[in-house]
Amino acid sequence: MGLEMADIFMLVVLVLAGAASVFVVVNKNVVHSALSLVVVMLGVAGAFLLMGAEFLAWTQVLVYAGAVIVLILFGLMLTRAPIGPMREDSENARLAFGVSVALFGFLMSLIIVSFNGVELNLSVTPTIALAEFLYVEWAFPLLAMGFLLTVALVGAVIIARAEEGEGPLPDDEDFIDSGEAPPIRSGDSVAEPGYSIPSTETAPVVASGRGGQ
Amino acid sequence: MAESIFALDSFWLSLILKLVAVVAFFLVAPLIAGYQEHKVMAFMQNRLGPMEAGPFGALQLVADGIKFIQKEDIIPAAADKRVFSAAPGVVLIPTLIMIAVLPLSPGGFAEDLDVGIFFALAVSSVGVVGVMMAAWASASKYSLIGGIREAAQLIAYEIPLFIAAAAVVMQAGTMSLVGIVNAQADFTAFGIPVPYAVPQAIGLVIFGIAALAELNRPPFDMPIADSEVIAGHMTEYSGLRFAFFLLTEFGGMVVYSALMVVLFLGGWNIWPGVPLPDNAILANLIGFGVSMVKILGLVFVMTWLRSTYPRLREDQLQRFAWTVMIPLAILQLIVTAIGKVIA
Repeated sequence: MGLEMADIFMLVVLVLAGAASVFVVVNKNVVHSALSLVVVMLGVAGAFLLMGAEFLAWTQVLVYAGAVIVLILFGLMLTRAPIGPMREDSENARLAFGVSVALFGFLMSLIIVSFNGVELNLSVTPTIALAEFLYVEWAFPLLAMGFLLTVALVGAVIIARAEEGEGPLPDDEDFIDSGEAPPIRSGDSVAEPGYSIPSTETAPVVASGRGGQ
Repeated sequence: MAESIFALDSFWLSLILKLVAVVAFFLVAPLIAGYQEHKVMAFMQNRLGPMEAGPFGALQLVADGIKFIQKEDIIPAAADKRVFSAAPGVVLIPTLIMIAVLPLSPGGFAEDLDVGIFFALAVSSVGVVGVMMAAWASASKYSLIGGIREAAQLIAYEIPLFIAAAAVVMQAGTMSLVGIVNAQADFTAFGIPVPYAVPQAIGLVIFGIAALAELNRPPFDMPIADSEVIAGHMTEYSGLRFAFFLLTEFGGMVVYSALMVVLFLGGWNIWPGVPLPDNAILANLIGFGVSMVKILGLVFVMTWLRSTYPRLREDQLQRFAWTVMIPLAILQLIVTAIGKVIA
């Protein structure tokens, strides 16, 4: 009974993830696509969970559903994401379709060749076994990977960092740009500059509430 | 693995009992925390607070809830209707799911997962997606700016939160929340039984601050700063959907406080080395009471900070996360690792 139940759950999860992934591609609105991607990621996590890879499943939720998608949404909303449909079709759609189908077929055949008839162990892997496997048996490759990722991170920071003197704001924490002071012309009263020069368009903006209080 | 009091021979009955318990806790605990916040803030500001509904205004939040249900559910004409309607649910569900692994007494939890704390933090990170959905679908500048601020803040403060939790996991040698409480029960520093709050003092402060930021509580409420972006992602919401956001905020306070109690303050034990009575029913009742007192104590601290400190500016907030919180959290991790190797 247990296995059949799991099979039904697996089927539901995979159909849901598959439908959502189709939705990601055919959708006319990029934000809707990104949100469908969340469903795909959660579906993949569910599949991991049903196969006993508990730690991997929650890592999938944390990294993809929780962080990568948020960065994608962040990027979309910072640049452009109008509500409603928009024309964003690439001219390479047909080529992309062909490449995707070919890749899918290649990967599927690889998976079927390697795992056909292999009985999978569906019991949950204890985290402590996973930790021993990673940090004892495969400690050196893990360190090498960590080093590589650190190098990549530092490199990204160096590339992204503004050049000397190019930065938008000086390091001074209390710097508030309140614009240029209006020129004081001869003949104007200088007693109250904020009120006595109504003709200037660049009247001084009073920088009130520096902490947003 | 410890056995939950809801674990019965019948799988489905046990499942239903667990779900009912989780939902009941989610609906009741925020009301208590919210009432406490109302009263404590009123006391600190020299006023009475809610006095009319129920004895000493104790039913004020229930009355608020009824009011929210009666109000019209307004969806802005320009909004993306489906995403707008779904967002409050996406925000609420992660907090609800996190309750499932919170151990409040020796048997008072729904599931004792092997990856407990990792599960709770992973699920909590999904709530941001709901906030971004609400922010974008409202078709309002205030909502969008608030949502972008919130996403930046949550990503920045999630890192120290995780590192502080990782230091506790390293100390306890397990990620199971029940396991962490049990490891703390017989923990001694130089022969004196103390909770992890002592060896993990930096971690406790880091986790607490990061939890405040995750919950958008003052002084980290820049994403919902009323003087600038009205209410951030919640600006366009009304009626029951707005109540969902409020419930999630109070529920989140309780859940993060409960996590801090489990990770740093010894969980359901009164003090490490002081065992609960052998009688299972009595132990569960006392344990639950001890947990709730500790949780409400932390909620009190959150309220205290809210009425004491002014709001941080966006750049101060980011600089604080990346240049103060993360290095300190890593320091805590290194100290814990050294302590583990020496001991």
